[in-house]
Amino acid sequence: MAGGGTPADLDAAVTAAAPQGVRAVHPAMAVLEYFLVGYKRVWRGTVFSSFALPVLFFLGMGVAVGAYVDRGGNLDMPYLQFIAPGLLAFTGLQIAMMESGFPVLGNFKWHKIYFGMASAPLRVGDMLLGQLGYISLRVLVAATGFLLVMVPFGAIGSAWAVLTPLVAVLVGLAVATPMFAYSATVQSPNLMAIMFRFGMLPMMLFSGVFFPVEQLPGALQPVAHALPLWHGVELSRAAALDVNAAWPVAVHAGYLALWCVVGFALARIRFIKRLAV
Amino acid sequence: MTDGAPLISARGLIKRFGDFTAVDGIDVDVHAGEAFGFLGPNGAGKSSTMRMIGCVSPPSGGELRVLGMDPQRQGPDIRARLGVCPQEDNLDQELTARENLVTYARYFGIGRKVARQRADELLEFVQLSERAGSKVEPLSGGMKRRLTIARALVNEPDIVMLDEPTTGLDPQARHLVWERLFRLKQRGTTLVLTTHYMDEAEQLCDRLVIMDGGAVAAEGSPRELIERYSTREVVELRFGTDALEPYASKLDGIGARVEVLPDRILLYADDGDTAVPAVYERNLTPSGVLVRRASLEDVFLHLTGRTLVEA
Amino acid sequence: MVTTLVTRAVAGDELRARRAGAVTGRNVTAFRAGGAYWWLVISGMAEPLLYLFAIGWGVGALVGDMPLPDGRTVSYLTFLAPALLAAAAMNGAVAESTMNFFAKMKFAKLYDSVLNTPVTPVEIAFGELGWAMMRGSMYSGAFLVLMAVMGVTTPALALVAFPAALLVGFAFGAIGLALATVMRTWQDFDYMGVVQFALFLFSGTFVPVSSYPVAMQVIVQLTPLYHGVELVRGITLDMLSWSLAWNVLYLVVVTLAGLAFAARRMRKLLRK
Ligand SMILES: Nc1ncnc2c1ncn2[C@@H]1O[C@H](COP(=O)(O)OP(=O)(O)OP(=O)(O)O)[C@@H](O)[C@H]1O
Ligand SMILES: [Mg+2]
Repeated sequence: MAGGGTPADLDAAVTAAAPQGVRAVHPAMAVLEYFLVGYKRVWRGTVFSSFALPVLFFLGMGVAVGAYVDRGGNLDMPYLQFIAPGLLAFTGLQIAMMESGFPVLGNFKWHKIYFGMASAPLRVGDMLLGQLGYISLRVLVAATGFLLVMVPFGAIGSAWAVLTPLVAVLVGLAVATPMFAYSATVQSPNLMAIMFRFGMLPMMLFSGVFFPVEQLPGALQPVAHALPLWHGVELSRAAALDVNAAWPVAVHAGYLALWCVVGFALARIRFIKRLAV
Repeated sequence: MTDGAPLISARGLIKRFGDFTAVDGIDVDVHAGEAFGFLGPNGAGKSSTMRMIGCVSPPSGGELRVLGMDPQRQGPDIRARLGVCPQEDNLDQELTARENLVTYARYFGIGRKVARQRADELLEFVQLSERAGSKVEPLSGGMKRRLTIARALVNEPDIVMLDEPTTGLDPQARHLVWERLFRLKQRGTTLVLTTHYMDEAEQLCDRLVIMDGGAVAAEGSPRELIERYSTREVVELRFGTDALEPYASKLDGIGARVEVLPDRILLYADDGDTAVPAVYERNLTPSGVLVRRASLEDVFLHLTGRTLVEA
Repeated sequence: MVTTLVTRAVAGDELRARRAGAVTGRNVTAFRAGGAYWWLVISGMAEPLLYLFAIGWGVGALVGDMPLPDGRTVSYLTFLAPALLAAAAMNGAVAESTMNFFAKMKFAKLYDSVLNTPVTPVEIAFGELGWAMMRGSMYSGAFLVLMAVMGVTTPALALVAFPAALLVGFAFGAIGLALATVMRTWQDFDYMGVVQFALFLFSGTFVPVSSYPVAMQVIVQLTPLYHGVELVRGITLDMLSWSLAWNVLYLVVVTLAGLAFAARRMRKLLRK
């Protein structure tokens, strides 16, 4: 849970990053390395859960409920194909939320990791980039694994599907960056649980992963459109099935990128604030 | 409880952890109203003994009666009448100082109203009333210790068990704790405490056992022990060198006994003021001379050949 | 006295409701002090509701009607709602009795001090379970009210279903406590979370168990959430029959076994 290695790993990482004549490693790389070292200790459990969750969703909803959906004939494609790309984008959301919630709060509150980093010659931007890089890697691996599972089920209809893990990464970053800002702001673990239930869960359930957003009441549709996951789902579905997205691909991607940029700026501000005390 | 029967009685009490024997067949009696101490170095088995008496650690052998009851079968009834201050403060981090006391009282089945009232009284008693609403974390070490002691009193126990009540406290905090414990004693509360500070043992204990390596090395009141195992006074001699053996051999016969420590020689004599000139008469010129009263430290040294607190 | 003898036989310690209640009370105090109190309570209620709307109503529009074992057909939302209630009872109880309990035992060393009082390990287990149930019952109650308001069930049946939902919570709370005593690190909780999620999806929750492959049907019928879903669905959708007694029996046995195991393990872990 510590979201990183031991204090000794941290020392090693920041020493590697320290500008001793020639800078050997980019500081953000040192941070990334630090998180990867920590990950080496816990990867079994996390790989299992970050991969198993979407796959279970796929089997339980896509296959089992899918049989009943297809019987109803209310969707213009098999439910399996509908849900698979959505779950792939969801994988990005899920891992990003998990890694930018409690671990970040913990690194401030309990493990004081960030304070250690900040007292070493590491800038907040580097810290964020390093940890975001780590999260991106995690998403990439899990999404690729999920994609490979989808293929034999016939849930993939296009070679463009190879791009879907990148969509998952984009979704992950769009969510992780503002979440970093949130986690750097709150003090109570209770507030973290609340964010998961009021932020992540509704987004997961109402962003077109399980049923088309058009089914939502008119007033709620703009809300779904405003949140990042829906754009990821549209992009992912477009790539996996070679169909048109709701809006032009560039708009979806650009909107997600906007979330990343604004989120990053917010996170930077909140980190600097929190580290200043 | 008939008068005179010990509140705590152990015979051949043993505690093993795997192959290792932490407490090796000790006999102890603690009587009502007395302050009883376990004095011993790290690892002597003090805490293990306390935990057995506190009915949280089952003995591996021997006999133990607490308040006339069997800890194995009547644990809850015994613990209801004990107040325990463990070696490590294990206060509830999620609660405030006052909530800690109230909640703890509830574990004893004490009604909410009485619990609140006692909490306030006890906070006053350990001088923490100002911090009543504070969470545990920001309290200083000494405050936490006092709060833990207050917690041990919340059920108005017949026996208060204190495992190293003042370790890690600064002198001022220690004296405050001592003073509070002394007051408890005056009220007639039975105290059982462990310590590796001989001054603490001398201050607080009516009677004590010296433990070493899981066994009892000696038992008695501090005065008895000193009289039995030491002379009345001790002359500490320093010679500005580590090679003390040659000096020691020249001191033969001046006092009752000579002990060589790494940095000094202890000369045991009933009258230090006559012993010191005798040292000079033998053409020895120590760089430092100190005459002091014998303490439990000397008793321990005599019994085990080691000092209590490593220098 | 009888209960004392029973618990002594099962768990080797005595059990007094008042002391177990003190352990529950401690959690209430800590929960209040934790900040954001009501939001947490409300958000806990919100979780099954969100699932109900998204899957029951959203996916339900794609699914259409579902057949019930007694021959009726109902809307997918009606089919799903009772199962979500049972699953919510599971999730609430497990969250409290595993993670939080584990943290209190291993890291906060909370029980080390509690065991210096008359409170026994089995009372701690019951007290923690009581706390898990307090939270769980708020959630179950709110959900049942909503089900009655939406016409999924009748108020009378909802009243009967309430203790059934509590029983599901008890069973999973007890399982959770037992699991927490054998967990070594936080990592183990990742595996547990996956198993829990699998139960959530495959206990006849989203589709009737009869639509699973036969081998899977057999396995599913051995797992506890299946019995919880059967029980709650049977009551709220007015399919009362004697077969529900089996589900009740199963859950009661699981509860007692889980508690006995947890109390024994706690004695081992805490009374060194
Ligand atoms: N739970 C345990 N498992 C294994 N060994 C233990 C355990 N508790 C204590 N011991 C061992 O038993 C011996 C006595 O320990 P104990 O804590 O009773 O000593 P102590 O006199 O209280 O020492 P200190 O002054 O350091 O507190 C030590 O060698 C210790 O390592
Ligand atoms: Mg000790």
